[in-house]
Amino acid sequence: MIQPLDSLIREHIFFKGLDDRHIRFIAGCAMNVRFDEKQYIFREGDPADQFYFIREGLVSVELMVPQKGPAVVQTVGDGDILGWSWLTFPYRWHFDARAVRATRALSFDGKCLRAKCDEDHDLGYELLKRFASVVTERLEATRLQLLDLYGTHA
Amino acid sequence: MGHMLELPMTSGPLADPMVPVPYRIERLRRETHDTFTLDLAATNGAGVTSFGPGQFNMLYVFGVGEVPLSISSDPEECPALEHTTRMVGAVTNAIGGLKRGDLIGVRGPFGSQWPVAEETGRDVAIVAGGIGLAPLRPALYYLMNHREKYGKIVLLYGARTPEDILYKRELEHWRGKFDLEIQVTVDRGASGWRGNVGVVTTLAGRAPFDPSNTVALVCGPEVMMRFAVMELMKRGVEARRVYVSMERNMKCAVGFCGHCQYGPHFICKDGPVFRFDRIEPIFGKAEI
Amino acid sequence: MAAETTALAPSLAIEAKELPQLFAAISKRGFQILGPTIREGAIVYDQLKSVEDLPRGWTDEQSAGKYRLVRRQDQALFGYNVGPQAWKKFLHPPVQCLWKAKKDGSGFEIVTENPSSQKFAFFGIRACELRAIGILDKVLTGGAYCDSGYKTRRDDIFLVAVNCSQAGGTCFCASMGAGPRVTSGYDLALTEILEGKSHYFVVEIGSPLGAKVMAEVTHRDTTQKDREDVDRIVAETQEHMSRSLETAGLKELLYRNYEHPRWDEVAGRCLTCANCTMVCPTCFCTTVEDVTDLTGQNAERWRKWDSCFTMDFSYIHGGSVRTTPKSRYRQWMTHKLAAWTDQFGEIGCVGCGRCIAWCPVGIDITEEVRAIRESDPAAAKAR
Repeated sequence: MIQPLDSLIREHIFFKGLDDRHIRFIAGCAMNVRFDEKQYIFREGDPADQFYFIREGLVSVELMVPQKGPAVVQTVGDGDILGWSWLTFPYRWHFDARAVRATRALSFDGKCLRAKCDEDHDLGYELLKRFASVVTERLEATRLQLLDLYGTHA
Repeated sequence: MGHMLELPMTSGPLADPMVPVPYRIERLRRETHDTFTLDLAATNGAGVTSFGPGQFNMLYVFGVGEVPLSISSDPEECPALEHTTRMVGAVTNAIGGLKRGDLIGVRGPFGSQWPVAEETGRDVAIVAGGIGLAPLRPALYYLMNHREKYGKIVLLYGARTPEDILYKRELEHWRGKFDLEIQVTVDRGASGWRGNVGVVTTLAGRAPFDPSNTVALVCGPEVMMRFAVMELMKRGVEARRVYVSMERNMKCAVGFCGHCQYGPHFICKDGPVFRFDRIEPIFGKAEI
Repeated sequence: MAAETTALAPSLAIEAKELPQLFAAISKRGFQILGPTIREGAIVYDQLKSVEDLPRGWTDEQSAGKYRLVRRQDQALFGYNVGPQAWKKFLHPPVQCLWKAKKDGSGFEIVTENPSSQKFAFFGIRACELRAIGILDKVLTGGAYCDSGYKTRRDDIFLVAVNCSQAGGTCFCASMGAGPRVTSGYDLALTEILEGKSHYFVVEIGSPLGAKVMAEVTHRDTTQKDREDVDRIVAETQEHMSRSLETAGLKELLYRNYEHPRWDEVAGRCLTCANCTMVCPTCFCTTVEDVTDLTGQNAERWRKWDSCFTMDFSYIHGGSVRTTPKSRYRQWMTHKLAAWTDQFGEIGCVGCGRCIAWCPVGIDITEEVRAIRESDPAAAKAR
């Protein structure tokens, strides 16, 4: 079923509470995208001009480590937001993102949204609040990962 | 505590709960590099005649000592018993050195149970971290044996790395055979791993169960349980429908030695399974 | 049997010089008499071969971190309070073999130890100590499991209690409702009365066996004056309690003050030496040790007293839960005065004051409670 982008965005918990005009603008910057298994969504160093909302699938956030190959630091899945580097200088990706399996997502034009946020601070604040949540959740999860809780306490 | 299955608490004909009953090791399976599962059979009819999911036995290695280990087998297969353990100390290492046919002492079963029999008609969310899957396995067996009595059943399991995943074959079997949603994640991926990477608590935030009608069973390291419970309650699962399994030093398992106290609770008889709202005031308090 | 009990009045008087008859009547029934006696400068509980083993003419001066024996002006046989030992050492032995096991083939066989059949008489047990035994009864025999060794030893005890004729320097049994008067749970209760040249005991009979025993001791009926003297002595003891502990709302007070700064303060003094748990008449924690002989063919399981003050007490794979002295002191005090009530339906402290006297740095549990109560944030808000 093809759901109009407007309603898809409006319903999702990430965008909940936004004004109608903001939702319409964001919907205007969005489009459906598809990634095949193992396809790169973005690469470290590239300009970060989008962010994604994963509709269905699994994406790994990776770092290429010399002599070791790609190291997966975290995966994001259904309903997750992927990518926040579009919001902060220097607007470049610091990690690779790759589809672990075939993934459908919504892609948002970050460059366009950045410009709009500079004009419309209300929109800017609302988006920043929401992205701050995403970052803190990921940070908390990462800290737990670092604790290596299942490791032996030698 | 009102959530017990109607199963007897004491072991077989031996009146003295401090005396182990010899069991024979039928099999010693290596699960991962530091974790193994013991299959035990009673030697003479005495011993554990029944147990509830969540309960534990004290296992005794001749001359070395005892260790409390959760029973991780199907309660309906009793008197056969299984225990999965990591090798973390003198006794567990000694157990790891035993072989098929050796005898091991068993005292039990002790402790409180996962409320699976009582919470029919609900969705069940099981959040397991590391070796925490072992004490939850009997609950999973029970749920599978009575599948029609429950709504959605979700198992969220976090392991350290893909090599540390327990009961791999069984998880696959369950995934295929039963209407059971299983999501596995690892803290650290490995080449060839094409599953989730990240902490299991993240999965709790969006797993497919109805928080207003879910009972959650959580087991793993205390920090992991803290965050998992937080996520579950953030989603709307009530504190009185969340159950956790606590662990403390244990010597006697019958409420006399005082070691297993956790606030006013004795883990050996008031626990190890606790309804979360009953321990909420002290849960997460340092050094209690 | 019934005729004997109704023949005797509930209370009698015996001369001090008749006490050997009481001893004889008890021993001839197979009881080994245990009671207070002096060893190495303290009054401890040990076998009494005769009345002369009692600390005649001695008293104890106790205060925080201090215990001294001092000569009295009179010849009182029970003119002191309690020493470093509690009667629990006979009911709940410090070291006990639970069972022995022998290897055979790839397995083993276990043989349990039978408790000794020796019966004991506790001669000179105080009200606080009787209460402590009642508390231990609940802990070790009142739950789902029963400590059969404790029960066997406990069932056969003959209890000769003594009403305290003076309050000890660290006593606060009155606050805990555990004394100074012995009210129940005894076979006989003695109150020592010294007046000029006369030295006698008012004996209250608390059981049929107590009555049978007393029938064999030269006695007279008590007078109104005797009974008034007993009341007066007990009332004076109660009035002179040097310490008090307010128990109203105590459990809730401690439960809501886990983070009170007083714990850090007491931790600065506490050595975690575990003396308090060793002398406390209700502390029951034990550990289990599995040992083998050199051949590895014979194993034994031993149970020994343990203390929540030790570093290892709360050890689980990788580390202890309670590493800091603060957490261990807090555990002991909160268990004794708060959690115990949730666990066993009554408070775990009897106010005997031993922990105060035998603490090398003189920590006073009544003072610690007072300090928390006085600076309880919740109470301050309510005001």
